[in-house]
Amino acid sequence: MSAADYREALQSLLETRPMIGEALAALAMLEARDQQPTAQPSQERWDHALIRGLVPDGASVLDLGCGGGELLADLRDSKGAFVQGVERDLESVIQCVSRGVPVIQADLDAGLAGFGDLSFDYVVLEETLQTVYRPGLVLTEMMRVGRRCIVSFPNFGHWRVRLQLYADGRMPVTPMLPYTWHSTPNIRLVTIRDFTEWCDELGATVEAAYAYADGICRPLVAVDNLLAEEALFVISRHA
Amino acid sequence: MSDPLNALPGKARRQDDPPDSPRSAGYSEPLRVRLADRDNPLPLDCGRELWPVDVEYEVFGELSPSRDNAILVLHALSGDAHVAGWYKDAEALGRPWYSKRPGWWDTMVGPGKAFDTSRYCVICSNVLGSCYGTTGPLSIDPRTGKPYGLKFPVVTVGDWVRLQERLVTHLGIQKLLAVAGGSIGGQQAIEWGLAFPDRLKCSIVLAASPVLSAQGLAFNAVARHAIRTDPNFRDGLYNGGATPDKGLGVARMIGHITYLSEVSMSRKFGRRLRNRHEPGFTFDVDFEVESYLIHQARSFGERFDANSYLYMTKAMDYYDASAWGDGDLARAAQRAKCAWLVASFSSDWLYPPAQCREWVAALCANRLPVTYVNIESSYGHDAFLLEVDTLSRLIPDFLRGVATR
Repeated sequence: MSAADYREALQSLLETRPMIGEALAALAMLEARDQQPTAQPSQERWDHALIRGLVPDGASVLDLGCGGGELLADLRDSKGAFVQGVERDLESVIQCVSRGVPVIQADLDAGLAGFGDLSFDYVVLEETLQTVYRPGLVLTEMMRVGRRCIVSFPNFGHWRVRLQLYADGRMPVTPMLPYTWHSTPNIRLVTIRDFTEWCDELGATVEAAYAYADGICRPLVAVDNLLAEEALFVISRHA
Repeated sequence: MSDPLNALPGKARRQDDPPDSPRSAGYSEPLRVRLADRDNPLPLDCGRELWPVDVEYEVFGELSPSRDNAILVLHALSGDAHVAGWYKDAEALGRPWYSKRPGWWDTMVGPGKAFDTSRYCVICSNVLGSCYGTTGPLSIDPRTGKPYGLKFPVVTVGDWVRLQERLVTHLGIQKLLAVAGGSIGGQQAIEWGLAFPDRLKCSIVLAASPVLSAQGLAFNAVARHAIRTDPNFRDGLYNGGATPDKGLGVARMIGHITYLSEVSMSRKFGRRLRNRHEPGFTFDVDFEVESYLIHQARSFGERFDANSYLYMTKAMDYYDASAWGDGDLARAAQRAKCAWLVASFSSDWLYPPAQCREWVAALCANRLPVTYVNIESSYGHDAFLLEVDTLSRLIPDFLRGVATR
């Protein structure tokens, strides 16, 4: 292909993919805002605070990929929740035990055999969806075991990610996705749009959705596929 | 369970804490109590009633005024009540093998250890049918005035636990803080949670599944066959005469193979020859691994009774936690009320991780709080005795969490 052919191809790409143009426009706006001083980042993870608000007193909560059990210990202490964690990493399991959080060392890709149907009020998958090999199995199992499922993930549709891949031709490395392509645990890169469509395919109803961008958590809006760094969905099976 | 010290590769051998060490449980002595007599016999799963029944046990640490800090440790196949500390005079007790080493789980039980005797009161009793002080085939049958031998009833893990409950009651403990054990000790820990769900706050199950696999049954069958075909066995009536040490030794060799793993054997012995550089072209001991097994066989004959080995392995064979749910394990687990800590070990092929997880799944099905770890280890089944560092990072915090809730 000649240079002229490439120019034509890229031109048509811009025309048929308006979001790319949109991204470039958003860039100028957001880069300008980045220059301004920002609020002090909260000590607590945004999704922890949000989940604490979502979970009612005395609920039962199963946290998949629960890490050191911070969320579950918090829900137990602040909400009197019955909690159970699942985690793959031994060091994290040991941290859970030190917090008094019951935890099962297991690989989510093996499913949730043993947990009864609808045996938990909430099943949480925090920032873990993108690391599992069989996300379909994991989400289906979550909806089998939990009345409601809470899923949060980094949004691969974020403008910074798109720009790096588009402009730089490299796999993106961003504050939310700080790994190189060969070292990343994130093997299932998903955008908010992908996830919403996938919920439809799996027969999941989105009960609520939240976006996290620039240190602020708010209800999700359409353009958040571009602006949200992370998203959190509350889903359940169709009744 | 094999001897933890022997199972360690030479240089990794853990230093024993001498009795005067601040980390040692110090000196201990076996205690004895009669827990069943003619008026109050012990009902057994086989349908018979047994009396008299004496139990040997040891106690470490102080029972709190509210009696809420007691931990019952449950020993495995060849174990005894001497879980930690030292005997002042092991020879006088008839247990010379304990003159140069502490109790079998001294790495885990003592002041500041995983089962911290400065905080908790640790109790361990010898199981029914064993040969270390609790009534068993070596005891005198009151009907004949002679040792029971094979007339001793076939006992089960359920019988053991029922007798342990009598001991706990005798000691004035309404609710144990914990029960804990590995291997068939872990199966006793499972049974405690099902048989006496209101008498314990948590159960610690190490390297144990709710039922022994067909492969495990097969190993035990060969072990018993070796004992029973020893010409000295004489239907178990060998007392006073030559003992069936050859058969018992073969049984022990088979046991040791199942306690190790392919990796641990090749690390510990490889194909190294014993005291030579060339094959001997005889049927004498050539390889290190042969020498190890023969040593184990010999030393076991000095400290264990062949009849007891039959009874212990039979109890192991018969155990099936699902019996509480008429064959349905999840239904059996419905009875449980306590918190659970279950650990399996990656290279354990006697109680493999997948089989240990069946118990975890049954607990999950009933939404009971359960902590499960599968500890990476090359030590095989013996890992529950040897992975002291990882277990010591889990158990103290687990116990503290249970004690404060």
